[in-house]
Amino acid sequence: MTTENMSNAETDVSSHGDTVLEVDALNVTFPSEDGSLPAVREVSYRLRRGEALGIVGESGSGKSVTSMAIMGLLPKNTRIDGSVRLMGEEILGLPDKAISKVRGKKIAMIFQDPLTSLNPVYTIGFQISEAVLAHNDVGRKRAWERSRELLEIVGIPSPGQRLRQYPHELSGGMRQRVVIAIAMANNPDVIIADEPTTALDVTVQAQVLDALQSARKETGAALVLITHDLGVVAGQVERVAVMYGGRIVESGPVEEVFYRPQMPYALGLLGSLPRLDEERAERLAPIGGTPPSLMNLPRGCAFAPRCPMARDVCHTEEPVLLRTLDNGDRVPPRPEDAAAHVAACHFSDELGAGIRPEALFREAGKGSGEETERSEQGAAGDPEVLLRAEDLVKNFPIRSKGLLKRKVGDVQAVSGISLELRERETLALVGESGCGKSTTARLLLNLIRSTSGRVSYMGKPLQGLSDKQMRPLRRDLQIVFQDPFASLDPRMTVADIIAEPMLIHRTRNGDAKKRVKELLELVGLNPEHGSRYPHEFSGGQRQRIGVARALSLNPKVLVLDEPVSALDVSIQAGVINLLEDLQEELGLSYLFVSHDLSVVKHIADRVAVMYLGKIVETATTDQLFEAPAHPYTQALISAIPLPDPVKERTRERIVVTGDVPSPADPPSGCRFRTRCPKFAQDLSKTEREKCVQEVPGLLERGSGHRDACHYSEVVELL
Amino acid sequence: MSNGTPTTAPGRTAQRSAADRTQLQTIVRRFVRHRPAMISLFVLIVIAAFAFIGPFFWMWDHRVSSEILSNQPPDSTHPLGTSSAGHDVLGQLMRGAQQTLKVALTVSLCATAFGSLWGATAGYYGGRTDAMMMRIVDVFLIVPPLVAVAALAGNTKGGTTWSTIAIIIALFSWAQIARVVRGVVLSLREQEFIEAAKASGASAPWIILRHLLPNAAGPIIVAATLLVAIAILMEAGLSFLQFGIQLPDISLGQLIGEARTAVSTRPWTFYPPGVLLVLICLTINFIGDGLRDALDPKQTMVRR
Repeated sequence: MTTENMSNAETDVSSHGDTVLEVDALNVTFPSEDGSLPAVREVSYRLRRGEALGIVGESGSGKSVTSMAIMGLLPKNTRIDGSVRLMGEEILGLPDKAISKVRGKKIAMIFQDPLTSLNPVYTIGFQISEAVLAHNDVGRKRAWERSRELLEIVGIPSPGQRLRQYPHELSGGMRQRVVIAIAMANNPDVIIADEPTTALDVTVQAQVLDALQSARKETGAALVLITHDLGVVAGQVERVAVMYGGRIVESGPVEEVFYRPQMPYALGLLGSLPRLDEERAERLAPIGGTPPSLMNLPRGCAFAPRCPMARDVCHTEEPVLLRTLDNGDRVPPRPEDAAAHVAACHFSDELGAGIRPEALFREAGKGSGEETERSEQGAAGDPEVLLRAEDLVKNFPIRSKGLLKRKVGDVQAVSGISLELRERETLALVGESGCGKSTTARLLLNLIRSTSGRVSYMGKPLQGLSDKQMRPLRRDLQIVFQDPFASLDPRMTVADIIAEPMLIHRTRNGDAKKRVKELLELVGLNPEHGSRYPHEFSGGQRQRIGVARALSLNPKVLVLDEPVSALDVSIQAGVINLLEDLQEELGLSYLFVSHDLSVVKHIADRVAVMYLGKIVETATTDQLFEAPAHPYTQALISAIPLPDPVKERTRERIVVTGDVPSPADPPSGCRFRTRCPKFAQDLSKTEREKCVQEVPGLLERGSGHRDACHYSEVVELL
Repeated sequence: MSNGTPTTAPGRTAQRSAADRTQLQTIVRRFVRHRPAMISLFVLIVIAAFAFIGPFFWMWDHRVSSEILSNQPPDSTHPLGTSSAGHDVLGQLMRGAQQTLKVALTVSLCATAFGSLWGATAGYYGGRTDAMMMRIVDVFLIVPPLVAVAALAGNTKGGTTWSTIAIIIALFSWAQIARVVRGVVLSLREQEFIEAAKASGASAPWIILRHLLPNAAGPIIVAATLLVAIAILMEAGLSFLQFGIQLPDISLGQLIGEARTAVSTRPWTFYPPGVLLVLICLTINFIGDGLRDALDPKQTMVRR
């Protein structure tokens, strides 16, 4: 890609010697039975010393494969061409022995799953020293010393002790920090982090990202951060590359790409993201369709089938990465201005700085005029309470090993939850993994038996009902599951899956088929596809099938257990919109279980925040996000990365340390006190005493806003 | 709701046209495309016709006849020769194959049906029910079947007809199937689609029959086809020990057992039943493979 360049191109060039990693026209093709899969096509980027580059893209966009190719970790039969130069030295296609010398020493990689990337049978200390010794023969003792230092840098408390522990004794966030420590063991020049925080909770994610930054600072390494989370990218890197269909479609400085995207895909991604920092928009603007399959990429621009701007030329000619100059001309970038903002789109110039994603990605069929006001009906009198829970407790017994299986303790999954779900209302249950939110949802539906407490549906108690007595009530209470792949029986056709509840309840004997078609249409799927099997659908479409099944009996209450967390951003928005439409159309009540506060802010009317089996704060959505009172809620809100580079870097943070304690042995008094920033920093000794001894009650702050903290104080965060 | 234009993954164009067919038609079509299974099905049908219809057209049956000379190598009157006691080997082979097929298929069907239900029930309920049901399975697994059969066979009403033998063998083979199915169900029942069925009010039998067993079809079919081979061997063993099908009635196992001393001297008595036995086991295995693939909706039938 070296054509002659315009002389007036402004340059923020860096000298050649400064480049640590140079990827040039990298192509990766997987052979498969059905033909070859071009997973990565013509990817080129350049990384300067100490620079942080973010690579964003949806699943299947080739972002992980690119880095696996760089590391030489792909299977032998993969076809790789192009060039990857590390400090000017070609590393692509090096024999195993030679590349082992590079791996770990010059390039280090951090994988997504900290559970599997550490060896369970060796101690942490052994594994870090092993990494040190692999490239520096300094002796066991020195290596051990170095391991200690490394753990300190990544922020692990009492590192000396931790070194002797095994991976299973550490929490997920801690393990990921150990992985980071291993990665920086030999002061590499480049660290590639592949979705390093995707498997972690938000509060822990913040800690791990901090560790990653200190690792960078310490080693001076350049960072390639691969992620699907635009918020993480906004805060952590200087430059970002957006991948789609195996190619880089846009790249440039973060601010440029976020504020002035030149490719409709990047704009669409931003528009389909529910925002924590903005007023709740009427609707999200999802990108229509689904990401292309690598098997038969569309001719021309890979994004064209989903692009609202696409014209004839987009379907025939693949655009190349071009740089827009001040005078509006578009030219190929010169090799030395690697940091320039480039985009692969025939019509970049039509995307002005002011264009809003909503304007471009307006959904077909939804005219701008017919948007109805939400929550308008709620004004007329108090809506009826449908589902009520009081002092709900669920303990899972821990049994001793051996023959007797004596009960030796309890995992207190849910400890005294009270909540109400009203008609036509969306109540969100928010919390980190293991806080008991999913258990609560299942208790409300009587899918698992509660240890104590009461649940009633329209005044009728549910606890103690047998399966048979429960059956008529199941028509009104339905659930949509998190995993769209596991929640549909793979051996049944979609029509059978949706019709199953009707068959069980013997409703609509004759016209079940007709009803299935109606339902498929209602959730936005082609009614003719009922005879297909679930695996023929994409994640978002499967989730719609799950919704259709839940709706087949005309329920009044829908429990949504993380319905969008397994979906890609661009797909997620479509499902959220569908849920909102359905609620309006059918008058449903939602119990929305989620860990994602941005989604919750968008969809919920009221929010209950859970921590370790207890509700710590409950309020209307506006109250909660404008004036969070409980320190945990505050920490949660401030830990969520905003997809806005300037805001993300300048905002005030309330940082939580440590990990969630085990629910088998929760702290006395206030359960949050072990991680509470207020407890650690602001409170006097006598005040702390109260937190340790007294369990805070869920007390009213006025107008329905309640929180469970002895010293709660409203803070404005957004 | 514009997001719903269903995209079918590429490479599935073959299925796109299959979209409107009923499930049964799809399964049949997939089975027909499985070449080894279709060939095996054909061979098995030929064997079955030979065993069940053949005796009506062949002049000799499996009994001793004074008109038959003993120890004759194959010739025009006795295409497979005669035995030392004066049987027509072809007549014996037909009867033997018939009895063996009846026993093997009955055992496989009965034991598989009962064993899968038992295992699925145990696995689905779990806890104490599971523990009790699986202890019963253990009992059947640890009692040496030959000993039990020896004790039972003499005292049963039907004596040594093929149906009694089949039931006795089935009684001692369902336990393995139950164990396999329980293992599969234990992991299946944690899947969300089972919870989804519960949430829509499905009863336990509904879930077991409509969700758990169909999803365990792969391992069940493999176990069932293996069981055919096991049943044939077990029947042969029993007959050899005089507890199985008794002379003058005959089974393949018995034929082989009798001919084992004459492999080199009178090969015509040994090889035909041996080859037939292997053929039956092989064809049933291939048919099982085909059935498993045909029943699995995820199989794409693009390999050619």
